[in-house]
Amino acid sequence: MLSLSVPSLRQGIKLSAAAAASLLIICTLTGSVLAEDQKASPAPAPAAAPQAPDQAPVKLPIYYLGKAYPEPLPLSYAERPIKDKGIQGARLYTKEANQSGSFVGMAFELVEAIVPAKGDVVAKAKEILKKGDALIVADLEPEDLLAVADLPEAKNSVIMNIRSSQEALRQEQCRQNVFHIIPDWAMRADAIAQYLIVKKWPRWFVLHGNSAEDKDFLAQIERSAKRYGGKIVEERVYDLPPGARNLDSGYQQVQGQIPMVTEGAPSHDVIWAIDTEDNFGDYLPYRTYEPNLVVGTQGLQATAWDKSYTEYGAMTFQDDLLKLAKRDATERDYTAWIGVRALTDAAMRSGKTTAPEIKAYLLSDDFNLEGHKGQAMNFRSWDHQMRQPIILGGGTRTVVSKSPQEGFLHETNLTDTLGYDKPETKCKFQ
Amino acid sequence: MNRLTATLASAAMLLAFAPPAFAATIFVSNEKDNTITVIDSETLKTVKTIPVGRRPRGVVLSPDFKELFVAAGDGDIMDVIDTKTLEKSRELESGPDPELMAVDPKGEKIYIANEDDSLVTIMDIKSGDVLGEVPVGVEPEGMSVSPDNKYTVATSESTSMAHVIDNAKMKLIANVLVDSRPREAKFTADGKELWVSSEVGGSISVIDPKTWKVIKKIRFEVPGVRPELLQPVGMEFTKDGKLLFVALGPANRVGVIDTATKEVKNYILVGQRPWHLELNPEGTKLYVANGLTNDMTVIDVASQKAEKSVPVGRLPWGVAVMP
Repeated sequence: MLSLSVPSLRQGIKLSAAAAASLLIICTLTGSVLAEDQKASPAPAPAAAPQAPDQAPVKLPIYYLGKAYPEPLPLSYAERPIKDKGIQGARLYTKEANQSGSFVGMAFELVEAIVPAKGDVVAKAKEILKKGDALIVADLEPEDLLAVADLPEAKNSVIMNIRSSQEALRQEQCRQNVFHIIPDWAMRADAIAQYLIVKKWPRWFVLHGNSAEDKDFLAQIERSAKRYGGKIVEERVYDLPPGARNLDSGYQQVQGQIPMVTEGAPSHDVIWAIDTEDNFGDYLPYRTYEPNLVVGTQGLQATAWDKSYTEYGAMTFQDDLLKLAKRDATERDYTAWIGVRALTDAAMRSGKTTAPEIKAYLLSDDFNLEGHKGQAMNFRSWDHQMRQPIILGGGTRTVVSKSPQEGFLHETNLTDTLGYDKPETKCKFQ
Repeated sequence: MNRLTATLASAAMLLAFAPPAFAATIFVSNEKDNTITVIDSETLKTVKTIPVGRRPRGVVLSPDFKELFVAAGDGDIMDVIDTKTLEKSRELESGPDPELMAVDPKGEKIYIANEDDSLVTIMDIKSGDVLGEVPVGVEPEGMSVSPDNKYTVATSESTSMAHVIDNAKMKLIANVLVDSRPREAKFTADGKELWVSSEVGGSISVIDPKTWKVIKKIRFEVPGVRPELLQPVGMEFTKDGKLLFVALGPANRVGVIDTATKEVKNYILVGQRPWHLELNPEGTKLYVANGLTNDMTVIDVASQKAEKSVPVGRLPWGVAVMP
């Protein structure tokens, strides 16, 4: 491992002088904020839970606020569209939370508030907030998420973003009442970039779609290249109209098209596919002009969850979700599961039930969430993004790796090498 | 002359067999190989490799040492090995995904953590009959029976509690919240304390069985090792009860804790990702199964030094020692 990580680190430092200098500044800055942010000696957690009380348990509602957005169809007809991503994970953890809660005299109710595609999610939120501050798991696109978070009556509520990886939500558009369970594009880009640097595959040919999300991810890949010493040899737009999904004998045309689309790029080690709408990424593997590996939104992906992941008790989640939903777990099922888990765990561990008290606990040193990732997960104070190891897999039957990779260093928390660190954040909570 | 030779010979024999020369037998479960490696404690050589069910993890001996129970998590059964013949003699219907288990001091009942079902299965060892099932928190794993046989404790990795079962009534009587992902529970020999290791929480909670409250939390710190890597899992008390050895997983170390002051006194470097550990019958050597390096570290208890590394199967997990 050492022999691997040392040269790769060197490679990581082989940046332009300016980038190297900015890295150095980051290090120093992080060093100076160490005292404030370090979780060195957490205060002892509540000693013991009240034991199986006789009186009726405290009942706490958790609102699942969502909208039936049209989901991109899977590229393959053989893959069934999934219409209940997220909510199934929330249902699963509510069940588990009630099992745990029964031991400490707490009960939880999942209130499913999912409006139709053309429904008014803000009106729904207002209806919920009429009863006071709320604990909300938000399965919402950025615009709707911000509209709900910015309601004056939502000020003291806690909103868990389980759906959107949009960077702005963690940066310029961050909100004090919003927590992000799902990794942002920066964490995903860094997770893959670290692995590519460890593998000594630093030359990247980026083939991207042109949706707003595609561009968001692209910007973060550019950032990762600078941070870790990757080189983007070319950025090319994939602009063939998507049309219908993979059709009969369609592979013949695709087999002819993809070499043309990928021909003529400068020497590269991998192709980054950026195709958040699932239009072409899966056409790339085995069809490129050169024998290329594919990473990004298809091929090797950086994800909070994958159906191939089995470590640290992960199989219990995989099995339980399969039982409940009659399908494999998706990333959004996991983020919803964690969203409910963070809220209910905070309530059970702190013994508190109001949203402001739960928010305070979520941000305290005592909050250490277990989520089958082999390390305690908690929230970054500067942007409320959840710290978490990122799985590298997807499209593979076994997990390829998990980032952060060994060999990359951080003063306080290795996981903070993924995504925006404190000195870089553009988030200013109002 | 003859008499003298005989005397000398017997003296030599006595010397040769001076204590602590009785070889013990070490059993190590290999999670990836689906085998149990049997090692002679004196030669530290593999005597036999026994094939068992898929993904063997917890290994526990009956109090009379005649049988070894092996939880085969991926096989939904528990294999029983005859420790004389070193062959699989029978299987117990353990329920799904058995991970760890504990045998009562009389050797009559076995308490099995069924990770997938959030249950503790209580089974008659002789007949294999299920005597009862106690629902506990999500993902039960660590199991321990109190020395007086009154209580059995199960730790739930997901709910993060130590659940206390009244053995006579087969009912839960207390649920103690500990740090994230509790992996193992151990009563002290006098039954006055219950120690619970929390893997992700990075701590050991010491619980008073009179009140079932946490009286002390022990944390770990090694310069140069990232705090999130200090993940306590398997625990073993020394025979005199003065020290506790705890495997610290990805920190590649065994921590040594003074049980009186509850302070960490030492860290012993072992192989990578130590899981479980057990003492030899004399209490002079400690055997540690290192998950990532496919070996077992032998630690000398008196000097607290790692003495030797013994190759075993792939992904070793559990250890049991028979006199």
